[in-house]
This record gives sequence, structure tokens and C-alpha cells, in this order.
Amino acid sequence: MTRMKPVDVVIVGFGWTGAIMAMELADAGINILALERGDYRDTSPDFAYPRSADELAYGIRGNLFQPLARETITIRHTLDETAVPYRQYGSFLFGNHVGGAGIHWNGQHYRPSPEDLEFESHITQRYGKKFMPEDMQIQDYGVSYDELEPFFDQFEYVCGTSGRAGNLNGEIKDGGNPFEGPRKREYPNPPVADNYAAKLFADAARALGHKPFPQPSSNASRPYTNSYGARLGPCNLCGYCERFGCYMYSKASPQTTILPVLMRRPNFELRTNSHVTRVNLDNTGKRATGVTYIDAKGQQVEQPADLVIVAAFQMHNVRLMLMSGIGKPYDPKTGTGVIGKNYAYQMMSTIGLFYDQDVAINPFASAGSGGNQIIDDFNSDHFDHGPYGFVGGGYILGGQTGGRPIQQLSLPPGTPAWGEKWKRAAKDSYLHTTGLQTHGSVMSYRDRYLDLDPTYKDSFGLPLLRMTFDWHDNEYKMTRFLTDRAQEIADQMKPRQSAQTVRKPGDHYDTRQYQTTHTTGGVIQGKDPNTSALNNFQQSWDVHNVFVTGASAFPQNIGYNPTGLIGGLTYRSVKAIRETYLKNPGPLVQV
Amino acid sequence: MDGLLKPPGNAMSDKLGSPSRRDFLRQSLVAVPAVSLLGTTALAQSQGGSAATATTPAYTPRYFTAPEWEFIQAAVDRLIPSSDAGPGALELGVPEFLDRQMDDAYGHGGLWYMQGPFVPDTPPTLGYQLRFAPRELYRTGIAAVDDWCQKQHKQRFSALTPEQRDEVLHGLEKGDIKLDQLPATAFFSLLLTNTKEGYFADPMYGGNKNMGSWKMIGFPGARADFADWIEQPGKVYPFGPVSIKGAKS
Repeated sequence: MTRMKPVDVVIVGFGWTGAIMAMELADAGINILALERGDYRDTSPDFAYPRSADELAYGIRGNLFQPLARETITIRHTLDETAVPYRQYGSFLFGNHVGGAGIHWNGQHYRPSPEDLEFESHITQRYGKKFMPEDMQIQDYGVSYDELEPFFDQFEYVCGTSGRAGNLNGEIKDGGNPFEGPRKREYPNPPVADNYAAKLFADAARALGHKPFPQPSSNASRPYTNSYGARLGPCNLCGYCERFGCYMYSKASPQTTILPVLMRRPNFELRTNSHVTRVNLDNTGKRATGVTYIDAKGQQVEQPADLVIVAAFQMHNVRLMLMSGIGKPYDPKTGTGVIGKNYAYQMMSTIGLFYDQDVAINPFASAGSGGNQIIDDFNSDHFDHGPYGFVGGGYILGGQTGGRPIQQLSLPPGTPAWGEKWKRAAKDSYLHTTGLQTHGSVMSYRDRYLDLDPTYKDSFGLPLLRMTFDWHDNEYKMTRFLTDRAQEIADQMKPRQSAQTVRKPGDHYDTRQYQTTHTTGGVIQGKDPNTSALNNFQQSWDVHNVFVTGASAFPQNIGYNPTGLIGGLTYRSVKAIRETYLKNPGPLVQV
Repeated sequence: MDGLLKPPGNAMSDKLGSPSRRDFLRQSLVAVPAVSLLGTTALAQSQGGSAATATTPAYTPRYFTAPEWEFIQAAVDRLIPSSDAGPGALELGVPEFLDRQMDDAYGHGGLWYMQGPFVPDTPPTLGYQLRFAPRELYRTGIAAVDDWCQKQHKQRFSALTPEQRDEVLHGLEKGDIKLDQLPATAFFSLLLTNTKEGYFADPMYGGNKNMGSWKMIGFPGARADFADWIEQPGKVYPFGPVSIKGAKS
């Protein structure tokens, strides 16, 4: 095995959190190495127009996604089933290459609600412990909204997030989200102009007494220079956002916001085509000595480092911890152990709205997130859940993220799947159709977890990650409630016809249908080493020189898109590393 | 601005919609696959030349065999037929798209996890679990459906009437037709998915000739710039599509 020259910090995976960690630690003057399994990618030439406007290549074949041929996961619904591989993309998408999922996201940029971070305590206090089903095992993050506020702000000012504050230092502002936690200052940019469907939605929601506001969006609404000096251009609503790279330098990504500055730092090195397979421990098992990776030639390479940041995608973080033997693997039978614990997801529903020829929606004129309207009235604990018997919730969105015909064509109910009637419906409906979406939370449960598959392997012969997951009653109730509220708005929008897609009791988790890529948990943070893998600085309880970033730290899932919370948690962790840990390496939280 | 809601169809549509014209188109596009490795381009040109130049240059399949090629054309012509509402899959070159996809990493299964063990009787909610890459699924599926048609109708699928072909396709879609080698629904589902891909994808992949499907529905293709339009809510976008290689309409 080749042994490389030691570095101070090695970062595994170079997406959002890897880039944030590297950028913030570069100022500390230490040597930083990032290892990325994919290739280098940048706006030019990789996302340049017109090649980027290729639905087949990016939207359907998934050119920016990790090739499942080499590595995937296996999935089963219950503990007593045999898991089978996720052979084709459906339910969620793994990012790949430098930038990771931070390239192909939509820029939907939220903060969590304050109660989301202390969810177990909050629900117990307001409704009592018995309000939760016995097998639900939600937990607190160990850090509060107020503690995280400066870091949410920091990330938004890096991303150039466009939006309108609804709560400035406790004062509720018209036109923003009145349910949000207090923010210290406005968004760095004003909202992107509404698309037409969003206007129709906001008018209807307002008429019903809800509080619509522009979806917070890391699609820049105007030219913007961020806190690092990187420059973004205004979004032109091209309609090729989710699943695509941004050719306009408008969507916040590591490439547009951090790399232009970071890549010039002499104490930072990036090695691509470097696939980390293990975090190495010393003979006490309490200290990491670096990582082992497979390089582009297929050679095993040992990279010694004083500090290891595990910053890959949520599922890859869990797998790497399991393969490295850091932290006790979770056992669903006893509910003990921590690695793989509390895998969660999100539950979506949609309502298609079909108008006559006199309503011109122009679905293609849209951004990934900018230009859409939201109501947050039924998210988190923004309403009294007492009468409804479930916990959690979600936002309801009106608007559109594109009108790409292979993926996004939506036809009225009753249309056949092919033939002359299908084609005629496509012709008649395309310009006159929009939809609402509900974006709901999923709680964590004792029998929903991640471990290593006993049978299937990746192309290196290493075990695949195994997911055991299906819906629980709490989530069926949540989505029914949220979809009923969405239907009231839909009816108020007065379409000719509408059609719901909602998951009902008895419907199993269907891996073929895309919902979100917001998979969470498995290396969760918390207050107690017996119930969490990380402390509230995302530092391993077991091996203090290992930090694990990203949504793998969420103890359960929220009703928002996760990136804003991920960024905030990462900025808080790296500040603690820079200001405290580097001076005095050891646990940042004493038990 | 209702005047902008022009019908995307054109004068040609009526002619294209007539059965005789459709059948003529289909026949003329049945280029015999290269019988040898020599001069396939020249062969394609000389064979396709006279009949179909007005609509589509002839294309010689590289993956599909002659009977498969006939099947593909006969099937996509029913999945998205030509009519006064707009162009069909055949005239937009969807068979060419499909053949080219078979030679791509996609067709070889290069995008899918294809390691065993395979558990084909897994509940459908856990996704595709067959051992076939797309090109194998087509080869096996076409042969199986042609066999079935021979037994039922004493003819291959491509020789059936449009009504009979629709009936067979419905049978595959619902799984009422049982094939020995693979689930009929898996084959049908891939065929329909790929047909729609070819119909709507950028023309550089071989389908959607002249951006015909984009013109029909009103999708501006690769224009990808609507900064000015977002401030004009409720008006129909007035410009026709452009393609990635710069074709305009």
C-alpha cells in the first residue's frame, strides 16, 4: 500500500459540507486535503449552455449522478425481508463529482423551525409522551435555533439566498414567513419574481386565510458578491435546475460560492478519483490515524491525517462509519447502538391542476426554487396537532420547477398512457397545467435503520449499505391532513380539473417514484452517547478526531429541504474546530 | 394575447393522419439492417432516398435486426400515432433514437446496478429486478411478442392491423399476455418509456425530428432564458423552440 505524506485534516467527499469545512479551516493555516471519488466539475465547461439544456442527458439518464452500476444500496420494507438492490434511480438521487448534490439541487433553502431542533422535548411538553407511538424514537439535536441562527445567516450570505424575512428580531413582517424563527437581518437578496402558477396559488391561499410567501431560494435574484468574494449572476428562470448544473452562475453550489476562492489557497489540496473505503483507527480504537482510499489506478493508498472530516452524502457517511468500526452499530431488536439508527425520509403528495386554453402557465419559465410561493401554516408544530393525532407536517408549494416534457408532463386524470388520446392530451394540456406539492416530514422509528448488506457488493467487493424502511401510520395521517389543506387551495384556484397523488395507508414505500433526495439519519447528533453517534458539534462520541457532517446527523426528518440546516450545522461545527478543537484536541462536549 | 395560442398543427397534418400515408411512411422507413459491415451509410442512403426524404432521412439500424426493426416501427407507430393533432413517433424518428440508445452505455445496462443475485419476483415497489440490460430486454421481449403473435394470429406483430397491434400492446401493458422469458409489463413499460424519451428529447439523439413534438405542445426546447417573460404572467410565450445544435423554428 502506498503511504502518502501526512496532512493536518483530511476531508472525505467534496460537496457542500466538505467545501465549507475546507474553506473555513484554510484560514487556520493548516494543511487540508479533500478526497473526492468523482471528477472535477466546474460551471465552464461542464455546465455550459447549450449542452446543459439537455433533458435526456441530465434529467433522465442522470449524467451528474453517481453511477449505480458501481455502487448502490439495497432496500427492504421490513426486518424479516431480504433486501434487493436499488438498481435504477427512482425515489432519490446520489450526487457525484466535486460539488456533489450541491450541483443538482434546486436551491430550496430553508431554516428549520425552532421546535424542529428540540422536537422530542417540544412534543412531550406540549402533548405528552403518550401522543407519540411507542416505536417512534425522535430526539433533540442538542443545539437550539438561537445557537444556530448566526450560522444559518452565514450560509445564506454565502449562497446569496433570495427571500423575504417574516420574522426580523421577533417582529413579524408582512409578506414573509410568520412562522419562522427570528432572524437577525434580511435575506441577502430580494425574492425572485413569482411565476404565474405561484401567483394563482398565493391569491388562493390568502383568500383562505393562509400566509403565502416567496420560497427562500438560492437562485440569485440579482448579481451578488458573497462573503468570500465569489460572484453570482441573476437567475434567468431557464427551467433546467434540479438535476442540472447552472450555466448562469445563479444557483448556489460549492462551484459558484466557495471554490473560486478556496482552490487558490496554497494550503488546500483536492484529489479527485479518490474513493475512501475506511477511516483508520489506532490500536486503542479511540483515535483516527487517517483514511484509506482507492485511487484512479485502483491502488490502495493510506493517507495519514490528524483530523478526519467525513463529509460524503448521508448514506455514504453511514456506510463509511460502519465499515470503519466507529461507534456501535444500531440493533433494531434491542434499540441499542447508534450507527445506522433513525434513518428517515420525507413524504410528498401532489395535486395536478388542469386549466382550459385561456390560462397560460408556461411551465418551462421557472427556476428550481425562485419564483414559487409557499405556505408554512401546517409545518413543524405551527398548529395544534392535538385533534389530528400525528406529529410533524410540511409546507405546501405552488408553482413549478420546469416544464421539461419527458419528466414533467402532467396529464388530466383518465388520460390513457399512450396512443392518440395521450398525444392529444399532451398537446392540449402542456401549457395550461400546473400543480401543488406538499413536502412532509417523516419521523424516526425503532425498526427503520441502515446497516451493511450481507449479500450485495460494490465494484470494489465491499458490502453495500442496506436500508430497512417503510411508512408508518403517523406519516399517512400527516400527508392526508396536508393534502386536504392543499386540495382546499387547489379548489380555490378554480382549475377545470385536479388530480391528487397521495400515499394512503397500506401503500408501501415505492422506490420507483421520485419523492426527494432528502434522506436523513444514521449518524445522528444528540445529547447522550447512548442514543446518538455525535455530539452537537457533529464530533464522534467514540473517536474525537472524527467529525461527520450532513443530513446523516438529523435525528428525524423535517418538513423542509435540508440544505439550509446542513449548512448551518456545518458552519457551527467548523467554528468549534477552528477556535477550540485545533488548540486543544479532545471531546468538545463532556458527558 | 389569445392570438398567440396558435394551433401547433400545420397543413401537412391532415395528410399525415391518413392511414395510407402512415403505412407508406412506415414501409419506406423499413431499411434493411446492414447485411455486412460494408458501406452501411451508402446503403441507407440509397434505400431511404426516394421514399422518405421529405420527412426523415433513412436510418440503418446498428443494433436491431431486420425483424426487430420492423417490430419497433410497428409498435411506436401505435404508441404515438400520427394524426391531425401532431406528429407520430415514427415520423419523428423514434426508432432511430431507440436503436442509438441500445448502443449507448444506457442500452448496455451501464447505468444500472446489474450484479446478482437477481430476485425477479420481488414486490414491484422495490423496483426493477430483472437480469436484462435494456438491449437484452428489447431482444428477448420482441422475440417473445413475435412468437406470441405467431401463435395467436399466424403473423408477426409488424404484419398485424393497427387495431390488432393496439390489442397486443394493451395485453402487454396490463400483463394479460404472458410471455415465457420475461414479464410482459416490464418489456412494455421500457418500450413506452423509451418511446416518449425519443419523442421529446433533443433532436440530436435521433428522435423528435425538426423538434416536432416541442412545436406540438409549445415547449421552447433549449431556449432556457425566460428572464423577461416571468414579468408577463398569463401570456402565452410566443417563440418557437430551438435545439441544442442551434436549429430554430
